[in-house]
Amino acid sequence: MSLLEVQDVAKSFRGLRAIDGVSFDIARHSITALIGPNGAGKTTLFNLIAGAFRPDRGHIRLNGRAIGGLPAHRVCAAGVARTFQLVKPFAGLSVLDNAIVGALRGERTVAGARARAQAVLDRLGLAAKASLAAASLTLADRRRLEVARALATRPSLLLLDEMMAGLRPAEIDELCGVLRDLQRQEGITILLTEHVMRAVMALADQIVVLHHGEVIARGEAASIVRNPAVLDCYLGEDAPGDASPET
Amino acid sequence: MMPEPAATHAAIGERRAPLDRRRLALIAALGVVVLALPLVGSSYLVSVATLALYLAYVGQAWNLMMGFAGQLSLGHSLYVGLGAYAAAGLFSHFGIGPWAGVWLAVVLCGAVGAFIGWLAFRLRVSGVQLSLLTVAFAELARIGFDHIDWLGGPGGLFLRVEDRGHIDLGAFRGPPAMYYYAMLALAAAALGLCAFLLRRRPGYYWRAIREDEVAAQALGIDTLRWKLLAVVLSSAMTAVAGVFFAFYNNSLFPEQIFSFGRSIEIVLGPVIGGLGTLFGPIVGAVTLVLLGDGATEILTRAGVEVPGMRQAVHGVLLLVVTIYLPNGLWPPLARALGVQPRRL
Repeated sequence: MSLLEVQDVAKSFRGLRAIDGVSFDIARHSITALIGPNGAGKTTLFNLIAGAFRPDRGHIRLNGRAIGGLPAHRVCAAGVARTFQLVKPFAGLSVLDNAIVGALRGERTVAGARARAQAVLDRLGLAAKASLAAASLTLADRRRLEVARALATRPSLLLLDEMMAGLRPAEIDELCGVLRDLQRQEGITILLTEHVMRAVMALADQIVVLHHGEVIARGEAASIVRNPAVLDCYLGEDAPGDASPET
Repeated sequence: MMPEPAATHAAIGERRAPLDRRRLALIAALGVVVLALPLVGSSYLVSVATLALYLAYVGQAWNLMMGFAGQLSLGHSLYVGLGAYAAAGLFSHFGIGPWAGVWLAVVLCGAVGAFIGWLAFRLRVSGVQLSLLTVAFAELARIGFDHIDWLGGPGGLFLRVEDRGHIDLGAFRGPPAMYYYAMLALAAAALGLCAFLLRRRPGYYWRAIREDEVAAQALGIDTLRWKLLAVVLSSAMTAVAGVFFAFYNNSLFPEQIFSFGRSIEIVLGPVIGGLGTLFGPIVGAVTLVLLGDGATEILTRAGVEVPGMRQAVHGVLLLVVTIYLPNGLWPPLARALGVQPRRL
């Protein structure tokens, strides 16, 4: 059975169809990339899965359990953790305290959560910065902190929204390595939206291409980049500056 | 909020270092001064110190809601007033003493706080709108209590003042020193409770909500529930101060006790002392009283009556602190004393 099943999900905003009948599955322990031009509906779909929005119709299931329409905190309790495109660190808290807040989901005591948080920060290479204010971190480290905090909640599915935007190539490669390790060694399943094709190609087992709120292609990375419909949507009807998949 | 130097952001748990000598000496010195004050101080000094402790206590209660959980109330006089009237009403009509009355006050204010919080959070009201809603409820009570003749209406509710020479703990009657020690115990208990909560799940969750509510939800926090807990605890704690106020002053007027000025007085201490810190409300309250009442007293003794001197001093103090020390007096003071500020 797939870990996540998205079935015929739709969402409109004031009559504008942002997501229109989207279906796909995610296999356990895999990394799936959700790509598409700006305005394709990637972040909307993310928010539907994470519980920030309620779908107008369709089903979202995690481990066979319906999570579509649940509020965000219950989606998290069900095993989905997310990061935000515009990072949202708890700026006034230390890096460790940020991770402890996440770890308290599933840990009964603060001491237990602290141990879990320290382990997660170690995993993400943030252990040395544990006592710094989250506000003082660089963008790359804030992104890592978002992953750490989400991971601390012990999710079965990790949603990463535009993790690589604004990072330098070396930072992208480093973060890709961390994510790949998480998937391989801890069996985390990852769904990510990404414009940076360098990261998509390095990570994705499966690619789902979204355009105008619909899935236009789905499959293994190598086949997707040669798919005529995909090439058309990136290079054809959209203005070049608009789509800009960086390679 | 201004980012703090990184060194002050060490995790709370790590800061629970063994009490070093400097800290112990500081606590011991403070303890002696605070405990001995009624024995050596004049009655004026005791009354001023009682006021400072009162402000420290309500400031601590308000700080729990705003400083920890980030929910702004500018109507905390509502809970002081409701608590005061609940206990005073029971006492004057039924002869039920404050020890029973305080429970009614706490439950009543907790329920009212829960109602206002629920209303606000359900309607997704926050920030300035939330503060205006709290002001509105306090004003509603101010005007409403003018029409409750059973509680004295605008003419006020008065408690029988009997011989103050001996201590009657049951009826909470006694000399000024008794009230001083009672308020000291309350302020200490509030400090202890806040320190306890801050180190545990509520503290982490409140601070997360304060910093970013959407991110907090994404980490599995039912933010509505935790915000409500902060409001209920804060309003229930404030109710106890109201009961104290009633039996200390023996007279209650809706115009005074529910006034917006009273709410602002509650806010000033924590803001000046350091929002979201454990000792900020105490430092702020002491500073406000020292400077405000001190200046008034000095001028009065010099034969000069300046109406509103106290408020003017408070205003200037707020201005100076807001401009030069946006994190409040406590963080730099704590560094100067060589103890880590618990800025969280």
